[in-house]
Amino acid sequence: MADFDVPDFRPYPFVPELKPDAMKGKGPFIAKPVHQEPLGFPGELVDNWEEKAIEKMGDMLKKYRSFRVYLDTCVRCGACTDKCHYFIGTNDPKNMPVARQDLLRSVYRRYFTLAGKFFPKLVGARDLTRDVLDEWYNYYHQCSQCRRCSVFCPYGIDTADISMAAREIMDSIGHGQKYCNEIIAKVFKIGNNLGLPERALRDTLNGLEEDMEDDTGVAVKIPLDEKGVDVLLVTPSADFFAEPHIDGLMGYAKVFHQAGISWTVSSYASEAANFGLFIGSYENMRNISQRIRTAALELGVKRIIFGECGHAWRVAYSYLNTFAGPFDFLDPKYPVPQHICEFTYDLLQKNVLKIDKSANDDMVLTFHDSCNVARATRMGNFPGGQFVIPREVIKAVCNNYVDMPADTIHDQTFCCGGGGGLLTDDLMELRVKGALPRMEALKHVVEEHGVTHMAAICAICKSQFTKIIPYYGFQMDQIVSVHQLVSNAIVLDGGEV
Amino acid sequence: MDFLTTLFAAGFYLATLIFVVGLLFKIIQYASVPAPLKVPTMPAPLTTGGATLRVLSEVVLFSSLFRSNKWIWLFGVLFHAALLVVLLRHLRYFIDPVWMWVALIQPFGKYGSFVMLIGLLGLLGRRIVVERIRYISNPSDYLMLVLLLVIGGSGTMMTFVVHTDIVQFKQFMLGVMVFDFKPIPTDPILLVHLAAVMLLMIIFPFSKLLHAPGVFFSPSRNQVDNAREKRHLAPWAAKLETQDS
Ligand code: HEM
Ligand code: HEM
Ligand code: SF4
Ligand code: SF4
Repeated sequence: MADFDVPDFRPYPFVPELKPDAMKGKGPFIAKPVHQEPLGFPGELVDNWEEKAIEKMGDMLKKYRSFRVYLDTCVRCGACTDKCHYFIGTNDPKNMPVARQDLLRSVYRRYFTLAGKFFPKLVGARDLTRDVLDEWYNYYHQCSQCRRCSVFCPYGIDTADISMAAREIMDSIGHGQKYCNEIIAKVFKIGNNLGLPERALRDTLNGLEEDMEDDTGVAVKIPLDEKGVDVLLVTPSADFFAEPHIDGLMGYAKVFHQAGISWTVSSYASEAANFGLFIGSYENMRNISQRIRTAALELGVKRIIFGECGHAWRVAYSYLNTFAGPFDFLDPKYPVPQHICEFTYDLLQKNVLKIDKSANDDMVLTFHDSCNVARATRMGNFPGGQFVIPREVIKAVCNNYVDMPADTIHDQTFCCGGGGGLLTDDLMELRVKGALPRMEALKHVVEEHGVTHMAAICAICKSQFTKIIPYYGFQMDQIVSVHQLVSNAIVLDGGEV
Repeated sequence: MDFLTTLFAAGFYLATLIFVVGLLFKIIQYASVPAPLKVPTMPAPLTTGGATLRVLSEVVLFSSLFRSNKWIWLFGVLFHAALLVVLLRHLRYFIDPVWMWVALIQPFGKYGSFVMLIGLLGLLGRRIVVERIRYISNPSDYLMLVLLLVIGGSGTMMTFVVHTDIVQFKQFMLGVMVFDFKPIPTDPILLVHLAAVMLLMIIFPFSKLLHAPGVFFSPSRNQVDNAREKRHLAPWAAKLETQDS
């Protein structure tokens, strides 16, 4: 099935061994000028790139406290070394978080610190050469920016932050990644990552409405560009076409329908995902976020709700206010933005929805905490709501639920292996190997507790898992959307039971 | 004034100057660079008080380290806690009369030296034995531990094996503080101890020892989780907004 070895499940306990250079030269495709230029980056590697890269680094040291402090502070204690799923899956030592940081830190030391200027060998400082750049490109695209290492570092050093900074530096000298930059250009041109224009989107949504009506006998709508409604729903464009994402979208529609709350999708802001995050670009992230503000103003809505998407929720929860606020034109009764799980959870608490849990009795569920939701956002009004609320929604619509082992969930969750702009076929080997720890945890509950399905609230997680799970002996349809479960169990008024 | 007294007195002034100015420079630098985005590692406290407690628990208990690796945590805590007590005990060379509480902790500081050495040896041992940590170590990482072992080792030797003239030394130290120079005792081991301490002070602001101030400035630990409630905007980012309109 693959031209690389799928890793074996590991016996427990284990000490990870090192296989230097195991993942050398396995980076993703490099962006071409057509992918670079719409984002305001040089088309290809500029002539004096060494100089420009150092200049950019100096600029960022003045703009980002995190960058400066993280580069200085690491004591190389080693606490993070065994925490990254890519290291666990590949054993390449440069995938250890601190080693990943050191690729950039070594250059920082050489050009920005006295110790590195005078005693480079002593403190591991090195000149920025073509080899170093290649290493950056390779290994900063083997980090899914999941923040797991940050949880365990005594100073909270976040390798995700360093990876984003490294990608920003590489973009600025014309050495970007094709996958991310191509997608961002599509958002600017058309409105979503897929490049799905308004006509096609309308057809798709009409098709889904028909499916729901055939299925339930009730005319559940998915409105597009409807003005004056209460809610603007911003959801990842994968929800419009991919499986099992689509079933989640139908779940949102049924919840809105049953709650009697008017809503709409926007064709202009038809994308919740914000790949500007992955390339660490404040400007691009901000431009993409501004589309949501524009759509909300134009449609005259009162609330903004985000669909199931991990890093989208990060940019929404943590940054939307910064990039596109203040949202004083929206209804102050609700937080801006809200997550669809918060929305459904509130309705369930208020008993507004009629639920028939037995509709999901053919499944035993577990839940995958998406890394960015778990470690970069919150839901509800208490810390850790991002763990509780999706689980409560699942438990409210399913009878059988089991958690995976404690060191693989909540803020210790393992990334699916495809986050951070790595969900591309040119990184298949990395994606399969990086999924190892999550697959081990899943296997554990499958064997011990008879789990049949894993639910997720992230478009990338869902796409990644459906693609890689067969490598580990599971079936694609064992991955479900949380709102797919809601969709199965919700009882619509006037519908056939 | 004899040569050694001059040398060590001058050394102390230089080391103190570099240490204080260097550290202040770094602290001001950390404080003045903005953190443009909300990036606390979640779940994070919802109030400033909560965030303060979170940082304190990192500083006092090494709480994240405890979750990640019990051995590093154990040796790390042994070393740092003993270092603190030893340094507090050292106050007696700089103040006269010695404060009550400094007098009371003297025995702890005395035996704390062994704890400190055990912690340092444990950390060094891990750095050498564990393949992953060996891979990420630079020469400076070993040398830092060796330097601290030299300081701790020479100090412990003085306390328990070859005593130095503490009364005379204290007069030297108090004198240095008020520019009234008294002769320094010339025991080699004391001079090694002091020279190594000066070296430590000089490299402090240029090395990974910056983790001590850095831990207070880490945005992933010190930020409050209130992004939806309160708009967070860095000065350079606010300029982007005025460009728009
Ligand atoms: C606010 C005060 C401080 C805090 C919170 C702190 C915290 C830490 C933590 C969490 C570690 C990682 C665990 C370990 O390896 O022990 C560490 C390592 C270290 N600290 Fe500190 N520290 C502080 C002050 C100092 C000072 C004043 C010194 C030096 C004289 C120092 C020297 C070291 C060294 C050398 C290491 C590296 C140990 C190794 O090589 O493994 N620390 N510190
Ligand atoms: C200006 C700075 C310092 C001075 C003047 C100084 C001086 C001394 C003296 C005179 C002793 C001998 C005590 C006795 O014989 O009873 C001693 C002991 C010791 N010193 Fe220092 N020292 C300094 C800094 C340090 C530092 C930074 C460390 C640790 C990193 C350290 C670690 C020790 C230890 C572990 C002992 C043995 C235990 C004890 O008696 O407290 N010293 N020091
Ligand atoms: S845990 Fe933090 S301080 Fe320790 S090696 Fe990793 S990044 Fe550095
Ligand atoms: S952010 Fe995630 S993927 Fe990146 S180094 Fe840390 S643990 Fe690995």
